[in-house]
Formats: sequence, C-alpha cells, structure tokens
Amino acid sequence: MTPPATTDSPVQQDRHLLRQMLLIRRFEEKCAELYSHGKIQGFLHLYIGEEAVAVGAMQALTPDDNVVSTYREHGHALARGMPPGAAMAEMFGKANGCSRGRGGSMHLFDAGLRFFGGNAIVGGGLPIAVGLALADQLRKRPAVTACFFGDGAVAEGEFHESLNLAALWKLPVVFICENNLYAMGTHLHRHQAQIDIARKADGYGMPGVAVDGMDVRAVVAAMQHAVGFVRNKNGPMLVEMRTYRYRPHSMYDPELYRGKDEVELWRQRDPISTFMAQLIAEGNFTDNDRRELEQEVQAMVADAIAFAEAGQWEPVADLLKDVHTPVGTGKPK
Amino acid sequence: MTCLYGKVIQIRRTGIGWTPPHEQGLWIMSSIKMSYREAVRAALHEALASDPRVFLMGEDVARYGGAFACSRGLYEEFGPERVRDTPLSESTFVGAGIGAALGGLRPIVEVMTVNFSLLALDQVVNNAATLRHMSGGQFSVPLVIRMATGAGRRVAAQHSHSLEGWYAHVPGLTVLCPGTVHDARYMLRSALLEPDPVVIFEHFMLYPSEGEVNQLLGPIDIRKALIRRVGTDATIITHGGSLGKSLHAAEVLALDGIECEVIDLRALRPLDVPTILSSVAKTHRAVVVDEGWYTGSFAAEISARIMEGAFYDLDAPVARVCTAEVPIPYAMHLEDAAVPQVETIVSTVRRVVGNG
Repeated sequence: MTPPATTDSPVQQDRHLLRQMLLIRRFEEKCAELYSHGKIQGFLHLYIGEEAVAVGAMQALTPDDNVVSTYREHGHALARGMPPGAAMAEMFGKANGCSRGRGGSMHLFDAGLRFFGGNAIVGGGLPIAVGLALADQLRKRPAVTACFFGDGAVAEGEFHESLNLAALWKLPVVFICENNLYAMGTHLHRHQAQIDIARKADGYGMPGVAVDGMDVRAVVAAMQHAVGFVRNKNGPMLVEMRTYRYRPHSMYDPELYRGKDEVELWRQRDPISTFMAQLIAEGNFTDNDRRELEQEVQAMVADAIAFAEAGQWEPVADLLKDVHTPVGTGKPK
Repeated sequence: MTCLYGKVIQIRRTGIGWTPPHEQGLWIMSSIKMSYREAVRAALHEALASDPRVFLMGEDVARYGGAFACSRGLYEEFGPERVRDTPLSESTFVGAGIGAALGGLRPIVEVMTVNFSLLALDQVVNNAATLRHMSGGQFSVPLVIRMATGAGRRVAAQHSHSLEGWYAHVPGLTVLCPGTVHDARYMLRSALLEPDPVVIFEHFMLYPSEGEVNQLLGPIDIRKALIRRVGTDATIITHGGSLGKSLHAAEVLALDGIECEVIDLRALRPLDVPTILSSVAKTHRAVVVDEGWYTGSFAAEISARIMEGAFYDLDAPVARVCTAEVPIPYAMHLEDAAVPQVETIVSTVRRVVGNG
C-alpha cells in the first residue's frame, strides 16, 4: 500500500484511512481463517477493533521517522506500508516473508520502512525507542520515534524507566499506549492503581493526552499534535489511545474474563463502520464506493496469500544464518 | 618501559589519570607498563577520540568518573553528549544502547557490575542477541556492553557474581574476558569493529594490577585463545580473573617439576576449541579453572568439549576448579574458601598428574 501524498485532498485522505483500516481488518480475518487451517502457527494476536489507532498514528509520521511496535503489530506494519504479501509470507514462515520466516506474526521487521519490529516482550520496545531517539538527537536527524505498547506494558518497570529517561534527555519519542483495557486477560482495573494512563505522564514531566482510539480522525489529530510537539524539540509525549480488541488475546484464549455484551457494546463503536457512516453522511462516500473498496481490499489480501503460498521455505542449510553479521560485509545497516 | 630506540621515556601523569601515549606523540614506544584500570581508560579514550559515533553511557561514568575510575576525565574531555550518566535504570539504558546502535551509533554501555546486569538481562538476551536473526538479517546491533565481574572484594553475595558463562550461553553475543592489561587495552578496539553485540567482562580484582602493554596499531584477534605459558604435563584452561592465579599455580608446580601449559580463553563465545584440543593432545591432562559456580559452569562446557574432541588423548579425567555452591559470603576466610585459589589449583593439578 502506498503512503498518502500530502497533497491529497481531504476526501482522498479519508478514503486512504478507510482503505487502510479495512485492509487490516480483512487481512486479519483471513489470518484467523488460515490459522485454523494450520497455515499460520504459533502465536497470532489480532488487532481487530483497534485499526484506527495504527492507521491514524502512521498518518502523522514521515518515512524518516522510526516505528517500534509490539507483538500485536500486523496493523502497524500494514499501516506503515509493509506489503501485505511480505507480512503474510512471514506468518506462513516462508523465505519471502519480511523477516525470512525467522520472526513470524510477532516479529515483523522492515528496515526500509524504519519499522523496528514487533517486540514480543511486553515493555521491551520502549528502551529501544529511547535509544533510537537518542541516536537521532545525537546525529541531529529531525526524526521522531513512535513507540507503540499496550496498557499491560504500563505495569512494567521499563515503561517508567523509559518515560523518565526520554523526558530527562528531551528525546523525540511519542509513546503511544494502546489501552484496550486488558493485559492479556487482566482488566485495567485489576492491574493499575491509577487507571487514567495519560496522567502518568505528569510523573515524568511530559504532556499526556487521552484520545478516543475508535475515532480515526481523533487519532490523526492527536498524533499530528503530538508528533509536531516532539519534532519541535519539546521532548517526549505520552498519548493514550482508548481502544478495544474484539478478538481473544491470542488464538488460545477462551475469554473467560469478559462477557459477550461488553464486546458487543464496543463493536457498536467500530472504527471502520462508524467512519464509513460518517463519510456517507458527509456525502463523500456511496454504497458503490463501499463495494469497490471491499473488492479492492479483498483482492489485496488474496494477492498476499498467493504471494505467501508461492514462497519458498528457507533451506535448513541456512539455519544458522544471520545469528551474526557475516564477516566482511562492511558497515552494519 | 622500553622503546624502539632504546630511550626511556617518562610517562606523563596528569591530575585526571594517565595520558595515552599517542596523545603525547609517543608512537615509537613498543611496550609500556600500566594498570588494568589505566588500560581500560586508554581504550575508552581511544574509542571516543577515533570515532564520532562512539559514546559511553552508564551509571556514574561521567562526573563520578566511573565506579572503578575507568572513565575518569573522559566527561571533561568529550563532554556530556558523549559521556553520559544514566539513571539507575539498567534495563532501559541497556535497551537504549540497543536502540542507539540500531540508529547508527556505536554505543559503549557500562553496566557497573554483572550483578546489576541481571536487571538488564531481558534486553541483552531477548533483544540484542536476537534482533539480527529475528529480523531475517535486516538489523545488526553493534553494541558494546562492559561490566565488572567476580568475587574477592568482601562485598558479599549480591556483589560478587561471576556470570559470564551465562552470557556465553546465548547465540548472537560475543563474550570477552580480558585477563591481561594488554587485552584490557586492546579488546575494546576489536569489540567496536564487531557488527554485533559484544559483552566485555572485567574482573574487579584486576583493575589495580599492572602489566605490559605492547603498542599496537591494529585490532587484536579476539577469536583466538592464547597460550600464556607453555608446558608439557597438564593444560590449565582459564579466563579473566583466574588467569593470574593459574599462572601463579603453574610457577608453584614448576618448582616440583610439573610443567603446566596455561590457556587464556579470552573469548568465551566464540570459543577457540582447536587451541584447547591441541594443547590437551600434547599434555594429556586438563584442569579447568573458572570462578563460576561448579554446577552448569563454563568449565563444564570446556570439559565437555575436551571429552568430545580429545577423549582418547586424555590420561586422566578432566578436573574443574570452580566456585563452591554457595552465595559468596562476606567474611574473608569464607570468601577465600569459596572461590578458586592458587592452592586449590595446585592441589587439583597434582591430583590429575598423579602426584597429589
């Protein structure tokens, strides 16, 4: 998927946001299906319900910015511009996957997009984001590092250490907490004494803001503000995106910790259907547009699956490849 | 101190410590004497002076000059951007080192001691060591982490660990243990040329020790174990803080006509197995000295490699001198009894050569 041109009209930009959200939704629905067929194995954490956060947030970034993500990162990768085929092939474990089949669903990487991974240790990506921002500060690159993590990470020491260090050194990091209310299966009320996550920024002398993460326009606006603030050398900022995942934590989760009615309430605020309704009400979108968009997105997902199916398996002879950088390859990337 | 032209040159000492010879225009010198601590500092100075991408960060490395004075004067010379004090947030400043390495810099992160590195183990094992492989070769992490290791200072169980063997267990890391002043001086230069993460362990007790440093213009081969003493009757395999004790033990044994070959591993990963096996093929006896705890020690790995590669060369079972299976106690006599000592190395070698 090509990133939006800044010269696009507002209508075109809205369609871009909608297309990206729908792509992530359809891509992941297919992932769940392929998981049940054994094509995708291991852990699979779906982002369904949270699409507005990744799509809206990426809108505020430039190609020179850095993105650090979590194990629930399909949406971030696709919204950042990773070809869906490269992501799907990675989940298949194929050599044409973005990480050559070494990472899987939780470890999508793309150096060209400055997408520094899917990190599957909760909170583990925050210090890396701090370091990327430190490198940019020292090298005088005007880049921002966007660091995604969930509400569960807020309980990790690295959240507090990283916010402190980034604020202390005035580093250009936007800390984006995707608060979907559950740390795996433990509700925010049961793991945080202070459930207003944005307020935690106060403790580190940085601004914090809470955003309706089900409203893509609200996400775009908040992120444009945050990225502008951070890029202007004001130090880091914490953005809490209030969102929800409809699907289980992973494919192994029997969801004993929440009721169907709660999920249903959030579904009524679905970021894709509400945004589509909004565009229709504004007169900028028709049923025909919707059908065309669906066809376009489903074709992209079908192409991604075909790309993954056609991929080769990495030869077992290359098992030990890339543990170390080969000697004589010059400077590391 | 000697020099190529036979002149004796006075090493200038300043109020902030030792001034490296190249700063004094003394490149003609071939060999000088300095302490291990001065060698580490000279190596850090050289790294900062020669590559603008290098910076040093860690707890009290800047204004304090380093907990072991290894970075004294560097903050004053290179400034607060390149010599950075960090909060006591081991996990985050090690992780920030990983991020800065990904971002194009060459960070040197000092984790004051191996004991505190446990708070950063997640970043080292789950990120630094894995990122290259997990990303399909897209990202390298050219990070150097330095830390002090070992027992012997009467600082009890939480400040006396020897866990370099744990780190050596992890693919993706390079683990170095400079056991001589010369290696303390030059291993960092080689480590900074590595495109992947390197962890350097400096034994506490070595910092004040003095030794010869031969001036080098290029990097040293960190992948090669070195025979520090040639012998015929038994091979002592060791590293880091146990090297001096092993050499001392070899001198004691030589008085009785037992000539030990002493191998300094220098790198625990990658491990120079051929040097070990060819020595054992010659001496037919091996004693491994390692300050790690006996069970699951790095010495156990060495022993296994010898069994796999030199079993039929052995005239006696491989023996190990390791730390007793106890948290390191405070009292001097107990601590001394817990960790490998010259006497235990001597008695073990005697037993192995059938002369005990």
